[in-house]
Amino acid sequence: MAMLVSTTINGDATDFSCEADETLLDALRNRLSMTGVKEGCGTGDCGACSITLDGALVCSCLVLGAEAQGRSIETVEGMSDGEKLHPLQQKFLEHAALQCGICTPGFLVAAKVLLEKNPNPTESEIRYALAGNLCRCTGYDKIVRAVQDAAAQMRRA
Amino acid sequence: MAEVFLWGALRPSAGGAASVTIEAKSIRELFRKLEEQFPRMQPFIDEGISVSIDGVIYQDDWSQTLPEGSEIYLLPRIAGG
Amino acid sequence: MGKETPFTKREFKSVGTRPVRPDGIDKVTGRARYGADFDMPGQLVGLILRSPHAHASIKSIDTSKAEALPGVKSVITSKDFKDISKTDTELAEILENCMARKKVYYDGHAVAAVAAVDAKTARAALKLINVEYKLLKHVTDVDLAVANKAPVINRNCKTAGVDPAPTKASNISRRSEFGHGDVDKGFKKADVIIERNFRTEQSHQGYIEPHACVASVSPDGNGELWVCTQGHFVFRQQCAQMLGMDVAKLRVTSSEIGGGFGGKTHIWLEPVALALSRKANRPVKLVMTREEVFRASGPTSATSIDIKIGVTNDGIITAGEAELRYTSGPWGGSWAMLGAMTAFACYELENVKTVGLEVLVNRPKTTAYRAPSAPMAAFAVESMIDELAKKIGMDAVEMRIKNAAKEGTQSSYGPVYGPIGIGPTLEAAKNHPHMKAPLGENQGRGMACGFWFNFGGQSCTNLNIGIDGTATLTVGTIDVGGARASLSLVVAEELGIPYDKVKAVIGDTGSLGYNEMTDGSRGTFASSMSAIKSCRIAIEDMCARAAQIWDIPVDKVIWQDGHAHATGKNNNAPLSIAEIAATAEKTGGPIAGHAQIVADGAGVSFATHICDVEVDPETGSTRVVRYTVIQDAGKAVHPTYVEGQFQGGAAQGIGWALNEEYIYGEDGRLQNPGFLDYRIPVCSDLPMIDTQILEIPNPNHPYGIRGVGETSIVPPLAAIGNAVSNATGVRMTHVPMSPPRILDALEKHSEASDEEPAL
Ligand code: FES
Ligand code: FES
Repeated sequence: MAMLVSTTINGDATDFSCEADETLLDALRNRLSMTGVKEGCGTGDCGACSITLDGALVCSCLVLGAEAQGRSIETVEGMSDGEKLHPLQQKFLEHAALQCGICTPGFLVAAKVLLEKNPNPTESEIRYALAGNLCRCTGYDKIVRAVQDAAAQMRRA
Repeated sequence: MAEVFLWGALRPSAGGAASVTIEAKSIRELFRKLEEQFPRMQPFIDEGISVSIDGVIYQDDWSQTLPEGSEIYLLPRIAGG
Repeated sequence: MGKETPFTKREFKSVGTRPVRPDGIDKVTGRARYGADFDMPGQLVGLILRSPHAHASIKSIDTSKAEALPGVKSVITSKDFKDISKTDTELAEILENCMARKKVYYDGHAVAAVAAVDAKTARAALKLINVEYKLLKHVTDVDLAVANKAPVINRNCKTAGVDPAPTKASNISRRSEFGHGDVDKGFKKADVIIERNFRTEQSHQGYIEPHACVASVSPDGNGELWVCTQGHFVFRQQCAQMLGMDVAKLRVTSSEIGGGFGGKTHIWLEPVALALSRKANRPVKLVMTREEVFRASGPTSATSIDIKIGVTNDGIITAGEAELRYTSGPWGGSWAMLGAMTAFACYELENVKTVGLEVLVNRPKTTAYRAPSAPMAAFAVESMIDELAKKIGMDAVEMRIKNAAKEGTQSSYGPVYGPIGIGPTLEAAKNHPHMKAPLGENQGRGMACGFWFNFGGQSCTNLNIGIDGTATLTVGTIDVGGARASLSLVVAEELGIPYDKVKAVIGDTGSLGYNEMTDGSRGTFASSMSAIKSCRIAIEDMCARAAQIWDIPVDKVIWQDGHAHATGKNNNAPLSIAEIAATAEKTGGPIAGHAQIVADGAGVSFATHICDVEVDPETGSTRVVRYTVIQDAGKAVHPTYVEGQFQGGAAQGIGWALNEEYIYGEDGRLQNPGFLDYRIPVCSDLPMIDTQILEIPNPNHPYGIRGVGETSIVPPLAAIGNAVSNATGVRMTHVPMSPPRILDALEKHSEASDEEPAL
């Protein structure tokens, strides 16, 4: 039996229907075509499906669609402000912090949550904050540098 | 006349020799003559052989010419990631 | 092309700069479409039923209940594919891997598939398929598989490459041998000889995007396939042949690819999706779960390597010999052969002999993984070199420099080298500040070298000039990590226009001639060669158009800085591409350059890595605390992405060295098919990875470009092994060097330390 779920996604009131056992990841991707949210494992191990739920970082593959009822969701699709990229997006591009880019949406969301809580993280704080996101291409070096640079820019802003 | 070196697996089909002497101007001609003189090389040639000419590895691109006096080395076809 | 356009020491304007990649915005905003991000109208959900057994014959498959379930639109087994084993054995094996025929050969082997209106129905249908198996004895370990009493996996497998040909079946599908000189004589000249066995466990490429495709086949024999792949032309060829379709009628479009590293050079689910779609006459989407990715796609070989090296007291290697046994899964491969070819490739040896044995086991079919087979062989050789250096009291870098191959050296796999970079990377390592940095408690430093061939092969490109003077380059090689940026730089360079006036796109199989895969580090090397040729054809045409405009002979026109210039005494102002393009309608129609080439002469590549590790003596856990990659890249087209390739390969090597392995139970089932238990390095596991790019131009490419993608995974296993040994005094011979293995080695060492001196 499908159920109707009312949420706010990237600032917009959004309703979707889903099965009781359907993950939020599947609902976002298959019902709302929000394919910026990626699936790398479906078991909470890779972070490609990272989103925020009422501001908290979660793996959307571990959340049921039904749990989103009445809550606010943010995804990579909502990160830029119109034409203006979020500093993290901009710095990821400048530092070549992505190769294949499949992990990028998850990293951006996770890094955004980190910088909201801690605008001036050390390298090691960044590394631990992003330890739930797997990247197989970059060796993380350029990702960490991009986050450091974005943090510096956001502090200046 | 060119001395053509064979990798290990190819040697039995040339009676165990590590190299053979062939008169050939191109890779096409080289393979044709190898087949004629050493019929047991046929399956290897069908599978694909790479030809190293003076250290540069060519796939079996027939048109490639074999310069006089060059070092010619046959190698199995290889795959990458 | 190589010979006509030799490398010239030119100054570059665009090549060598670091612009933002053209596909970047889509990837940071979530717009880029990967394999699973695409849908076709009316599409069904496909799922595959997989064997729970390591080795069994299939007695019967009953699909009637599944077929009867409402919402199920097609169910297929091997019966839905023509038996091609008589006409094309190689392709038949690939197909048998996609769908088992009479036997299942590994845990995870596909036996049937369904397509249904939704995932729930498809899951229910899988449960209704009844497969009757007769269990057979299995073997997963490389050395047990070649032992006397091992169950024979394939009765038709007789060892190739042995003279006379054997008559009995065995699990060794092929023996290959390389080398020169006389190793016995060489060992007689040695003052010190060491002999050891090294083992490495099976690892997976671990791309974050699982395999995915959407297939649509109609009853008139036309088909479409959207797929994440490293080579859509190859996929088209193989799938069409398997399904008995005309190659031209199957159009394959490659999605953005979420990592491949060799793992997406092979087909697994694509023919299944096409067959399901054909039977249902509806599009079918098939996406692997992570568990399926581990159980049924990918992995590299597990290996066991016996090696013997002799040196003189002044550090000259007199002979090197190795037997390399590599698993290839249930079918033969050429993985041990690659190991045998690459093992000693860094060194100049008078006497060398390597033998590679391809070993069949009940594991998934071995697949290429970044410089396939080279890391394991390098682990054995480079560990031994360090140990020998220590034995004779010589610095390990010095000993490597003494023996390094150079221009004119006969390589261990046969040919004589042209200009190569092993020496320069070693010199750079020797002088690198990393080498002199102090080490802390429980820390050790190690270094190692690595080699990879790099490939060229068939490539085909189209260049089209727009009426505003901008250029579109269509290529047929997949962009796995920035190729569109690199190729745009090359076109900008060649045409003399700004980088942002070039758009590089990946064409589908209907838009270009055959292109080989993006593998063997060939993408940028081969497609750039073809792109340069495309540009030169277009330039020649534009010069002819300018001659028409000026009404002068064409040989009075030259091309410079993106403009046609009239030579001689006339005052025609130079014409830009935009000006020439604006009149194209009157001067002969659209301006384009089409090129197809076999790009040969990729140029071998070498790397030297330095690493510092800290080993916790209580837990055996090892951390990499500093890492440096030094590699020859030829001309670096986009240095930032070259660095990225160096760093990514090193990180994969570090994971393999310390953690990653397939663990099989007694029952032959894979016990860790997920990222939780198959642990790839996470951000907090690694330090920054320093890189140093050496640019030793490839004489066979007009810009001096070499492949750069693969070599960086070759040295890490040995570099870390050597570092661990320097930190603990214990020689590690088994990868991954996971905490239990290190603890075990430490314990054995302390027990034996009274009798034997430490390394
Ligand atoms: S898909 Fe959710 S963590 Fe991997
Ligand atoms: S860029 Fe490919 S997984 Fe991170």
